[in-house]
Amino acid sequence: MTETIRWTAAETASAIADGKVTAVEVAQAHLDRIEAVDAKVHAFLHVDADGALAAAKAVDDARARGDRLGPLAGVPLALKDVFTTKGVPTTCGSKMLDGWKPPYDATLTRRLKDAGVVILGKTNMDEFAMGSSTENSAYGPTGNPWDPSRVPGGSGGGSAAAIASFQAPLAIGTDTGGSIRQPAALTGTVGVKPTYGGVSRYGLVAFSSSLDQGGPCARTVLDAALLHEAIAGHDPLDSTSIDAPVPNVVEAARSGSVKGLRIGVVKEFAGEGYQAGVLARFAEAVELLRELGAEIVEISCPNFTYAMPAYYLIAPSEASSNLARFDAMRYGLRVGDDGEHSAEEVMSLTREAGFGAEVKRRIMLGTYALSSGYYDAYYGQAQKVRTLITRDFEAAFGQVDVLVSPTTPTTAFPIGERADDPMAMYLADLCTIPSNLAGNAAMSLPCGLADEDGLPVGLQIIAPAMADDRLYRVGAAVEAAYLSRWGAPLLDRAPAL
Amino acid sequence: MPGITREEVAHLARLSRLELGAEELDHLAAQLDDIIGAVARVAEVAADDIPPTSHPLPLTNVMRPDVIRPGLSPEEALSGAPAAEEQRFRVPRILGEE
Repeated sequence: MTETIRWTAAETASAIADGKVTAVEVAQAHLDRIEAVDAKVHAFLHVDADGALAAAKAVDDARARGDRLGPLAGVPLALKDVFTTKGVPTTCGSKMLDGWKPPYDATLTRRLKDAGVVILGKTNMDEFAMGSSTENSAYGPTGNPWDPSRVPGGSGGGSAAAIASFQAPLAIGTDTGGSIRQPAALTGTVGVKPTYGGVSRYGLVAFSSSLDQGGPCARTVLDAALLHEAIAGHDPLDSTSIDAPVPNVVEAARSGSVKGLRIGVVKEFAGEGYQAGVLARFAEAVELLRELGAEIVEISCPNFTYAMPAYYLIAPSEASSNLARFDAMRYGLRVGDDGEHSAEEVMSLTREAGFGAEVKRRIMLGTYALSSGYYDAYYGQAQKVRTLITRDFEAAFGQVDVLVSPTTPTTAFPIGERADDPMAMYLADLCTIPSNLAGNAAMSLPCGLADEDGLPVGLQIIAPAMADDRLYRVGAAVEAAYLSRWGAPLLDRAPAL
Repeated sequence: MPGITREEVAHLARLSRLELGAEELDHLAAQLDDIIGAVARVAEVAADDIPPTSHPLPLTNVMRPDVIRPGLSPEEALSGAPAAEEQRFRVPRILGEE
């Protein structure tokens, strides 16, 4: 038998339900793992050992009483520090919220607790989810478990690194421009951005409200589906939550197949800026899909080349408005309150001290794009481009069932390489941004290692809105084919920490 | 589209309530100029007759019955306050000294 920490979430839940192990033993094994390796990885900002052990004991007690356990009862999880957790610190990777303990749980947090999921702690992230490397965290960067001198992606680098280093079998991320999928690609794990509105945003600290979407991070497609099912569904507390049945993602993950599916390859996701090893693994993945019985169709989405500029107008515009709430009055940091400074001065001093460079850049960019005289040329025009990108997707999904692309143009880059070069950093999200603008569903899963650096490459699958099940059907088929080809999961090839 | 000047960046910082230092202002001005140059590419798209999209979902007002339900207690609501007094948020002076 392999050690507990290497089990999948599905295996862990069965072992607990069958009485082969207790939830407390599983939680303790993961807390021990965190203790042993997280000094090297820095995936966690806060470990809630007492809370985790109490939640695990509650699952063991429920089992002892003869209660029916849910499909993830007792499974440990690492929660991105952007979801509120009652009484447990929630910082969003920012000094602005250092030490803040929210007085309420996010709906997602509540659902995890109700499902008996054991929350181990809160994971590191780029400040307020703005970034692609987790270097923008005010608490220091996270290392990629494949090579701790490299970034794990971002903004959800802590969540992806936690599962890739076996500190938790499951994690939660949020994806505004790729913050679940890009870290999944860079760490050799699975990450899903559900359809916008599929998972409640109540208690998710807002960055860009029309783009933000919480979703699952896992080591297998089935585990991601089990977590997706646990967190998805209508929430009356989020007025943008979709009031419709959740697509049957677990059933899809259990019946993976691409036979007879039409799969589109997006022509625009290639060329300059794409690493050779990424393109080679992607070409193999397309060949694999063909061998598995899919019909491959080349698709052109001409407006996708404008997705990045449109995103970097829309997201900062919304951020500049959303982050106005950090005004030093009701919660969070306050600087300069010495009886001399006015409220407005305290506000400016606090925001100067509390926000990091990237957050300031985006607030100012958004303020610029929304200011009179520039509004039509920037924000207004970006919204029109958003319409055209959505139309490109509609036309594509008129011809094919899903689209595929590399998740990211490159593998994990060294910490520091792009830290003060925002434009270079923004390129990391080239392939993931269009789905946020259109609001559809997308997944990243590992498709091998790049020849030149031996680092993981992600395959992105994109499905129409509310067809999230297609991601899992295709993803499970691809995963099974790779598993038989490789003989073991990709993460088994990661060097020991 | 013309580049952004240091004065404009200083104005944006004031609008954004950010008390930037002089060095930070120089650094940000150069970076914002680069970024704005890149995002200005959206202007290349002919979109005069295209309606804007502000949101991926067709949004409508969501109503619920106006029923009393428990909220946060004053202690909970004030638990994260930088300063509180008499069950209220205490804030620095708002009016200037005349």
